[in-house]
Formats: sequence, C-alpha cells, structure tokens
Amino acid sequence: MRFGGATIVDDVSFTVPAGLFVSIIGPNGAGKTSLFNLLSGLYSPSAGSVWLRGDDITGMPPFARVRHGLGRSFQLTTVFTGLSTLENTRLAAQASHPGNYAFWRGAGHNRAARERAAWALETVGLAGKERVVAGSLSHGDKRKLDLAILLCSEPEVLLLDEPTAGVSAEEVPVMLEVIRRIRQVEGKTVLMVEHKMDVVHDLSDRVAVLANGALVAYDTPAAVMADPFVRSAYLGVT
Amino acid sequence: MSTFVLLTLTGLALAAMYFLLAAGLSLIFGLMDVLNFAHGAFFTWGAYSAWWTIDQVSPAGTGSTPAFFLAIVVATVVGAALATIVEVGLLRPLYARPIFQVLVTLGAGLTLSQLTSVIWRPDARVFAQPNWLSDTSTILGARVPNNRFLLIAAALLVLAGMLLFLKKTRYGLIVRAGAENREMVRALGIDVDRAFTLVFALGGALAGLGGAFGAAYFGSIDPSFGSVNLIFAFIVVVIGGLGSVTGSALAAVVIGLAQQFGNYYTSWAGDFVIVLLLAAVLLLRPGGLMGSTR
Repeated sequence: MRFGGATIVDDVSFTVPAGLFVSIIGPNGAGKTSLFNLLSGLYSPSAGSVWLRGDDITGMPPFARVRHGLGRSFQLTTVFTGLSTLENTRLAAQASHPGNYAFWRGAGHNRAARERAAWALETVGLAGKERVVAGSLSHGDKRKLDLAILLCSEPEVLLLDEPTAGVSAEEVPVMLEVIRRIRQVEGKTVLMVEHKMDVVHDLSDRVAVLANGALVAYDTPAAVMADPFVRSAYLGVT
Repeated sequence: MSTFVLLTLTGLALAAMYFLLAAGLSLIFGLMDVLNFAHGAFFTWGAYSAWWTIDQVSPAGTGSTPAFFLAIVVATVVGAALATIVEVGLLRPLYARPIFQVLVTLGAGLTLSQLTSVIWRPDARVFAQPNWLSDTSTILGARVPNNRFLLIAAALLVLAGMLLFLKKTRYGLIVRAGAENREMVRALGIDVDRAFTLVFALGGALAGLGGAFGAAYFGSIDPSFGSVNLIFAFIVVVIGGLGSVTGSALAAVVIGLAQQFGNYYTSWAGDFVIVLLLAAVLLLRPGGLMGSTR
C-alpha cells in the first residue's frame, strides 16, 4: 500500500490458519496499524489482495467485512458515551440479530440480541455494570466494553489494535484474561497489534514482525525471539 | 389572578404547539445533522389538510366532533407522507453535501407552502371547529378556550410517547446512538438510512398534528402559517439543545410563556424577549439547556 510516493506496507504476505492467535509487533511507524486498516477495509491496497475464509474481500467496504465475520477494535475506544453499557452491546447485537419485529416493539423483545448483549458483557467482565452510562466508565472498562461490542457482531476473526494501550497497570492482566477467554472459550481467530513483549509472548501462537513496512519474521514466539535479526532490529538486543 | 391564569394556560398551549413542531426538528438535526427548513411546510399542510377534511365532511362553516378528529388523523398522515417523500426523494442523494441539503429543504418548503395558495388561494381561511372546542371553561375566574387544554394534553402524550420510543425501542436505541456517532452505528453493520426515514416521517407526522392543533388554536390559517411558527420552533430547538426532546419541551414552555406574557403587556415585547432569551442561552450555554457540548 502506498501513501503518495511512500510505500507504507510493502509486500507483506502471510496466512493465518483458523483458530490461531497471531500477534503483530514492530517499532513505531513499522506499518502495523496501516496493515490493520488494509485488513479491515479502511484503506484500499494499491496492489495485492485480502482473503477471508476462502473469499477475496479486497473490494469489500468495512461494514460488509463485518458481516463477513471480521471484527475490529480500535486503538481509540469507540463506545457510545451517552448510552448504558447494556445499550451499547444491545445495539451491536441488534445488527447481527435484526429479528422481525416492527420498529415500535421494545428492544427487549429481540431475545437473541438481548441474550447476546448480556453474554458479551459477562464475557468481558462487565456483568453488574449493565446500567452504567458508558461515558462514566474507567478507561479500562471502556476498552472491555469495546471488546464486548466487538463480540456482539459475532466475528470469526478479531482484529485487536493494542487492547492494553492506555489501560492502567493493574488492569492489564484483567484485560489479557478477557482476551485469553475469548480465544480459548470461543475458539476465535485473533490478530493483535501489541507493543508489550510479555503480552505477545504469553498469548500468541505466532508472531509477525514488521519493520519499515516489510514482514521480517513470522514464526512461533520462541523462534521469533531467538531470531538474531529480530533481536537486533526490533528488540534492541545484541 | 384571572389574567395570570389565562396567560399561563394560553402560553402553555402555545408551547404545546411549538413543541409539536420543534420535537421533530430537533430529532432530525440530532440524528442526521439536517436543518430541515421544509418542516414549516409540513405544519402548513397539516393545517390545510385538517381544514379541508372538516370542509368536506361537515356542512359549510361548522365543524362536527367526528370531522375534527378525522381531520387530526388526516393532518398527521399528510405530514408523515410529505416528510417521507422529501427525505427519500430529495435528501437521500445529498447526505454528503450539507449546503445542498439546506437549499433543497428550503426550496421544498417554499414550494410546498406556495402550493397551498395555488390550490386554496392565498387568503386566510376560518378553521371551523366543534363548539365545545371553541367554548371556554372558567378556571379561577379565567375564561379559557377548551382547545388550549386539548393542545396541552396532546403535547404531553406526544412527549411521553417519544421518550418511550427513544428509551425502549430498538429504533429508539439506533436514533440515540446515531445522534452521538452516526458513522460508528454504520460500522456496526446497522442500516442507518432506515432510521433516517423513520425519524423524518415521525417528525413530519408531529408537524402535521401540530398544524391541525395550531389551526384550532388561532382559528384561521393562511399559506404563511408554517413559516411564521417555524422561526419560533427553531429558537425552541436551539434553546432546548439540538437533539434533545426533553430540552425542546422545556424550551417550548419558556418561549410560549414569555411570548404570551410579553405580548399582553406591550405589543412588541413578546418576540423581543424571546430573542433576548436566545442570545442569553447562546452566550451562557451554547449547547442549549439539555444539549451536549459537542
């Protein structure tokens, strides 16, 4: 992909087998978020293609990719601050369970959406805070809500963009536990951009290392950490 | 005392009419960022279709009770239908171009209002209503026309209905979320355009209803009926806070009472006080009484 004359993400080609947890690491400006934007459809590639579950989705707009099973969290939390946490998840669940009710029917009548919304809040550890207005949640809770909203769209593949960014130190393990649960219980495929090496090491099946827009390594965490090129180029270890 | 009661009740009835017009405007702006200048025309058409219905059903110059209630229903349906046509036919292609939207709603408003004077001639028409509506009831010595009470009751019902709709229904949830961040709702995979049409139709229905009640309130109508009241409705929306139904209700009460009391004591103070209030709110609370500060 190019911006103007600059090539931002260049010749990055990799395959993520279903059910695997892949982390993408690399120094600032390596093109991690740009790569995510290509995958989620916010940017279109100048060359190359994106495939999801056997289909070429390169030309699909973002919402169509959501319907195709691709869910994305953002670096900045995207929750509706004026709605309660339950209303936030219910809205997202409504999208994937439209139901066949007329507009004047209560939101509560859509049972599938209601259950999905409650389940998602429970999964991320926000049970008991259903009625809290999202705007008054702590930053960590907002990120959890962000994940819950993501779960409500029932994605097969989750793109997580630095899920622990801006989360206070004591909340990071909680957040990781939530992600681990999503991965293990739900068996979802996860792609995660992350800075913190310990996080990456513990959670990932595979680690992809980006540097200057190029894929320099793609292997198990242990193998990547042992790679001399990665150690010198990214980890700063000689 | 009787003067005070009369002015208060009449002011509240005026407030009820402004609210019916402003509630739709406020929701439309909150969700869609559209300044709908055609809203006054929906009001005018509500008034004319109510008058026309009574004229067709009742003998000339009188208004029977069934005819009046039929007229209310017709006005509401006409308002909703016109609003749907304007939204689907004219606004939908223009959501990416805000200036064109303003021009198109302004143009649609002028055309629709002008159409009433083409069809029914420009001179004012007397709105015939059942006797029990134009008769007065005496409260604390004040002789208050009954249509004032009916108007206040209708506005309260509409307010309660709208709050329930927003709070309890799934489209209400989409409308509230969309007012906060439309693109995010779309990113969730929700068809926001359908919510736009629904909100526009709802706003049009309320404007049509307001037009019919407004005709009963003033006793006569003319083609400029909607545009005159639209100005005050816009002021109500701004003072109440864009997108807030409760805010519109509060602001409508303030404006209605200020106008009635102001006009009673001088011939010019009513409108002047309202403009002063508008200026004060814009200076002290630019988001309006209940508005967000976005």
